[in-house]
Amino acid sequence: MKMQNGFPIIVGLLIFLGLLCAPFAIGKVVTKEYKQPELKLPAGEKECIESKEFMREKHMQLLNDWRDWALRDGKRTYTNHKGKEFTISLQNTCMKCHTNKADFCDKCHTDAGVSPYCWDCHIQPEGLK
Amino acid sequence: MNKNRRTFVKLAGLAAAGLAVAPKAMASSGGHSPVKVNANAVHAKHWAMVIDTTKLHNEEKIAKLSEVCHSIHNVPHIEGPKEVKWLWSDSYGHTFPEQENPHLAEEVHHRFFPLLCNHCEEPPCVRVCPTKATYKRPDGIVAMDYHRCIGCRYCMAGCPYGSRSFNWGEPRKNLDLAKLNPEFPTRMRGVVEKCNFCVERLAVGKQPACVEASEGAIVFGDLRDPDSEVRQVLRERFTIRRKPTAGTEPSVYYII
Repeated sequence: MKMQNGFPIIVGLLIFLGLLCAPFAIGKVVTKEYKQPELKLPAGEKECIESKEFMREKHMQLLNDWRDWALRDGKRTYTNHKGKEFTISLQNTCMKCHTNKADFCDKCHTDAGVSPYCWDCHIQPEGLK
Repeated sequence: MNKNRRTFVKLAGLAAAGLAVAPKAMASSGGHSPVKVNANAVHAKHWAMVIDTTKLHNEEKIAKLSEVCHSIHNVPHIEGPKEVKWLWSDSYGHTFPEQENPHLAEEVHHRFFPLLCNHCEEPPCVRVCPTKATYKRPDGIVAMDYHRCIGCRYCMAGCPYGSRSFNWGEPRKNLDLAKLNPEFPTRMRGVVEKCNFCVERLAVGKQPACVEASEGAIVFGDLRDPDSEVRQVLRERFTIRRKPTAGTEPSVYYII
């Protein structure tokens, strides 16, 4: 049996498949290798609340716990794994070392495509405009 | 065989006893918590406030206290029905509607009364909050976690004192951004806010801002301690509370 309008159908299908696969093909060509964002770390301070790895992976859980401990339990002094004490406060502890939200927080958050709502209420160290 | 059964029953009994004791033993030995209360914090079993309205009844004076409160807590200034307020003032009739009579001393009728969240012992706002954004702390302070507030305004309907304000718009639009207190957050659009009895100041050993600024007209302390200053004042002076029939048991007392 002969295919009706076989040529345009086959060509159309090929174009369709080409378009479908284009992002993968072009992506490979255009995209450069992924580079981690470069953060501006505090100048005077070497160690964060907890280890670098913990802070990198779990800072959101830590902040979540900190909020509940401070607000609900009224416990505002945190002792880290090395026994050093910190006052539980995003604005008055974290951001006293990380003095620039744009150079620290935003770098990774933008890169990872997340938009936490911390700064809807908390005041960033740069101040508001 | 017989002996085996005896030992089995004994062992089973011991194991059962162990299970009953184990959780407590574990909690007391290994249950290390990484958090504690600030070393310089002030404590009470139940915080309460006594306001001497014979000393503090002037609208301008109260406005000054409110300014202090609003500036350290970054409360936006908005006129009209969408206003946001933590500390404000009103007349006798509006403050004590149940305790009014037509022949009240004229002087009292002309007074203005400082108003704030009453930090009730039976807070209706806590009962109605569907997300537990508003909660009562063990020390009696009715606090809010703005992260959880969904802006349903049930608490505003529940509060008989109008102590709660809703942020109809972005509060930062009505704040002087250059004069913000950088140590305290602002709020965002769509959350309710109110006085917090200055928990953040109590946590570092300070008295509430309005108490400090009142020049002795407001006394603050532990209601459960019979030797505290508030209890002493309550023993000596005649005080009333707002809307007693609501049954909310306010922690703010007024000397008339």
